[in-house]
Formats: sequence, structure tokens, C-alpha cells
Amino acid sequence: MFLETKNLTKRFGGLVAVNSVDFSIEKGKINAIIGPNGAGKSTYFNLISGFYKPTSGQVIFNGQDITKLPPNKVAELGIARTFQSTNLFEQATVLDNVIIGHRLRTNSNLFDAVFRTKRLKREEKMCRDKAMEVLDFVGLTESANQLIGGITQEEKKRAAFALALATDPEIVFLDEPAAGINPDETEGLAILMKKMVDKGITVCLIEHKMSMIMKIADKIMVLNYGEKIAEGTPDEIKNNDAVIKAYLGGSAIA
Amino acid sequence: MSTIFQRKNVIIAVILFAIAFPYLTDNTYYIHIMSLAFIWTIAVYGLNLLAGYTGYLSLAHAGFFAIGAYSIGLLTVKAGLNYWLAFILAILITSFLGLLIGLISLRTKEHFFAIYTLCVGYVIYLVIDKWDSLTGGVRGLIGIPAPANIGPISFQTPVSLYYLILFFMLLAVLVAYRIVNSLTGRTYIAIRNSEELALTMGIDTGKNKLVVFVISTAFAGVAGALYASFIRFIGPEVAYTTVVFDLLTFLLVGGIGTLTGPIVGTLLIVWISQQLQFLQDYRMLIFGPVLTLLVIFYPRGLVGGFYAWKMKREHKRAMKANSAKSSDSAIGAKDQVKEG
Ligand SMILES: Nc1ncnc2c1ncn2[C@@H]1O[C@H](COP(=O)(O)OP(=O)(O)O)[C@@H](O)[C@H]1O
Ligand SMILES: [Mg+2]
Repeated sequence: MFLETKNLTKRFGGLVAVNSVDFSIEKGKINAIIGPNGAGKSTYFNLISGFYKPTSGQVIFNGQDITKLPPNKVAELGIARTFQSTNLFEQATVLDNVIIGHRLRTNSNLFDAVFRTKRLKREEKMCRDKAMEVLDFVGLTESANQLIGGITQEEKKRAAFALALATDPEIVFLDEPAAGINPDETEGLAILMKKMVDKGITVCLIEHKMSMIMKIADKIMVLNYGEKIAEGTPDEIKNNDAVIKAYLGGSAIA
Repeated sequence: MSTIFQRKNVIIAVILFAIAFPYLTDNTYYIHIMSLAFIWTIAVYGLNLLAGYTGYLSLAHAGFFAIGAYSIGLLTVKAGLNYWLAFILAILITSFLGLLIGLISLRTKEHFFAIYTLCVGYVIYLVIDKWDSLTGGVRGLIGIPAPANIGPISFQTPVSLYYLILFFMLLAVLVAYRIVNSLTGRTYIAIRNSEELALTMGIDTGKNKLVVFVISTAFAGVAGALYASFIRFIGPEVAYTTVVFDLLTFLLVGGIGTLTGPIVGTLLIVWISQQLQFLQDYRMLIFGPVLTLLVIFYPRGLVGGFYAWKMKREHKRAMKANSAKSSDSAIGAKDQVKEG
């Protein structure tokens, strides 16, 4: 098992946002989580990445129980994520935003800073090289020195991907990466996700754009009112009665 | 490359001016004012690392300044310790109390952090004011020695003391500069921009915040210790809330989150208020509105405003140079984040 959740549950007062979800993410594949608004998808991500502590249940990663780890420790283990709204620093360059992504793989501290040690210089170069590498990977080399505030929405999404990749992750969780961008650009992001998988990085995304999901996902889980109502391949999901009912009942698709 | 040389030249010119300053004036009062301004500058650099770069506005820093001042005062006057040993201990004591207070206050954020630390600062003032047997209460502490000789160098004259203070001020600027321009500085800036994102990037935000809090109190401690040995007399008012608001004013005018802001703001305000001394407290009628306008129009102070203006100019020039190419915002923002 690569990454799995067992009986994962999160209550907010009386509301059960995630209800006893068992799910196993497949390594080296594109996994997707779909479901209507408020189904608990983002909460599920927050539980895995350590931002929320579950009410009950477990998160297991590479055989290790990571349920109680804080987010920074989860990141160190190789689990990266992006947020539903990209919260990059608008007044800094793309490069400056991404450089910090590799900080967790460095050790230099205040002492190194004050005395400008060899280690600091080496690690600064390491972070910069890593940033350039991931910017190249997502196709943002040209924009490296532009302010985040001055690039397009789609480029911001790519920058957020780059930041996640700079942490050297084994798996990335992407929360609605294609929200707010046009179909052509969505296609571009889909290609990028495939490229990530080709590089050996597992992808797990939340997405509302069904056509895209059905095209690229290897495995899909459907959440509704915090409960897993189905999981399987795109074809299985398309023909699943519970899914059809949930979506028709909830009117708009996801 | 040429800009780097320019900056280097400016820095060298400023340092040379500071070194020559005592010889440019016969007025020992001016040397006194300049020394005092340098002491405040050290404290403002400390505040800037925490409030400007990490985004945690501490209003307890007059308290830590006072702890530094009282520590060296008590250790030399009452315990009779060797001056420089007392100096080092004063910084350690301030940092240690900073660690304890940081552990508690950093559980809060934003406005709550500011309010909480404001209260902490006031409590420090009260302790100094009321703990008569230790601090001398309102009577204060007198007879604090000037810094002891280091080998053949003595610090008994105002000019030699000026150079000692200048040395510590430059050291503070250098340390702040190196911290800001390192991975550690980037880490602090990441925390300021979004703590949530920093955590996601694997940054131990709790530990980093505590370290920068302690460093920033150490700066205040150094400033306080120098102040006590410079003025030779301290009273509880050094811990008073107005002091921290003075520091904050210096920082805001110069430019919060900029590297040159603290020294620009402090020197400017200290000298202007000297010049306006004949107005007495009516000075505030001028300072108040000016500060308000500055914060509205230049949220990153004079230095931030200057860099914004320079960037705009460069941007315009770049646009003209390749008007064919539609370069939306090919601005070197390096300055914006760290230097500006
Ligand atoms: N921090 C929180 N406190 C209280 N309720 C929350 C919190 N986060 C999410 N919720 C609630 O949990 C439910 C699931 O939210 P979310 O996971 O964001 O849904 P989705 O991402 O699937 O749209 C919603 O009803 C939401 O209001
Ligand atoms: Mg969501």
C-alpha cells in the first residue's frame, strides 16, 4: 500500500465533513476525487496533509502511520499539495516564490546565515537550481523573473505546481487545479499532470471538470456528504447508479 | 552590475560619513544625539526582523530594551561584575526572557499577538517600576559605568563611545542583512506571506518564529545595554509603552520589511524632532498627520516608496526600449522583496 486512509472521519461540531473513508491511492497513477460542493474533498486533503486532525481513523503512508504528524513533517516525507486558491506571494517573482519550496531539503540555519558558511552557499545554489529545474518542468522558465502579480491565472497554477514539485515529493495533492481557467489551458494542465506521473510522481487531484477527469484519471473516488459512494475506473464511475443519483439529485455536476 | 557598484559606493560613503562625523562638528551635543540614534537603530533592526520580515508585530520591545538596560545596570552597579561580562550576560538574560515570552506569545497571531505583546511590555514596565528593592523603582538606577577599556582602547570620551556604538550599529545592520539575504531570511518571508503555505512547504513555522523572536529581543537587549552605559542612568520609563511606539514610528517611516528602512527612519525622525524641539510636544501635531499620510501612501515607508519609484522608472525605460515586445512586468522584483 502506497498511501491509504482507514475509516478516516472528521467532524466539525455536528457536521460530519468526512465520514469513515477508506481509500487507497495508487502509486504512479492519476487518482481523482470528485463530488458535489461541500462533499468534503478539501477536508479530506487537509486530513492527509496534517492541517486537520481527524476525529477518528488513520492515514498510512509507505507503511507509516502519519495521522498525527504536523503538516511540515508530512511534507518532509514527500507529500506535497496545492491549495484551492493559489496563495503565492504576489509582490515577489515566480523564482523567489519557488525557491523556498526546496528549503525543507536543506539544513542551513541562522548561524550559517550570519557567517555565510559554505553550507549556506551550497544550499542556496541547490534551492535555486531546483527552482529553475521545476520551473522548466512546468514551462515557466521565461517567466521566472516576473512578479506573480503580473502573470496569468494559468501561469499561477503552473507556479503553484512548481512550488509543490520543488519539495521533491513522491505524491502531489492538487485541489481544483483547473478552476478558473479556460478549456485549452485545462488541457495544458492535464498534459502537465501526465508528465508528472511519467516522472514517477503520483498525482491525486480534486476536480470539477468531468470531461478532464474522465480522460486522465486512472482511479476515481466519489464523495457525497462526506461519504465515499463509489470508487473505480472512469468507466465504472460513469455507469455507477449511486453516482448518477447523487449528481442528478444535487443538480449541477460537482 | 553597475547598480551593485552604486549601492556599494553609497554604503561606503555613508560609513565614511559616520566615521568622519565627530570631526565634522565641534558640537558634542550632536555627537550625543547621533550616538543615541544609532542605539535606537539597533533596536529597530531587531523589531524589523520580527515585524517586517516575519510578520509578527511585537509591541513588547521597549520591555526587552529595558531588560537589557537594567540587566547590565544591575550586574555592574549591584553585583559589581566586569563590564563586558555583564554586557554579554545582559544580552543572554534578555534573550532567555525573550525565549520564555516568545513561547507563550507566539501562540497568538496578528492583532492578538500585537495586543498580547503590548500587555507583556506593560507588565515589564510595571515590574521594573514596582520592584523597588531590585530596580530602585521610580528613583531608577544611577552610576552605571561606561564600557570598560578593551586593551588600550578607552570609551570614556563621547567620541570614543560614539565609535563603539557605531561599531555595534554596523554589526547589527550586517547581521540583519545577512539573515534577510539567506535561506533563513527567505523562510521568515515565507512565513510572513502565508503561514499555511510555509507549513505545506515543510517549514517548521513554530521553531522559526521562536528563533526570530529571540534574535529580535537580543537586538533590543544590545541596544538597551548600550543605552544604559551611554546615559549612565536609567529609570522605568525606558520600558514605557511610548518607547515602543517611537521604535515603531521609526520603522514605519523608514520602511517596514526593508533593509535600509530602520536606519533611514530612525536618523530622520531623531534629527527632525531635534530641530523641532522648540515646538515641544506640539511636534506631535506635525508628526501625527505626516505619519498617517505616509502609511496611507507609502505603506513600506520612504525606502519602500523609493524602490517602488525606481522600479516604475526602470519599467518605463524597459517598455520604451522594447516597445515592440509586450513585456508586461519584467521587473526585477528582487529588490521589492528583500531590499526594497
Ligand atoms: N474548518 C472548518 N470548520 C467547520 N466546517 C468546515 C471546515 N472546513 C470545512 N467545513 C465544512 O465541511 C464541509 C466540507 O467542506 P469541504 O471539504 O471544503 O468541501 P469540498 O472541498 O468538497 O467542496 C462543508 O460543509 C464545510 O462547510
Ligand atoms: Mg474544496
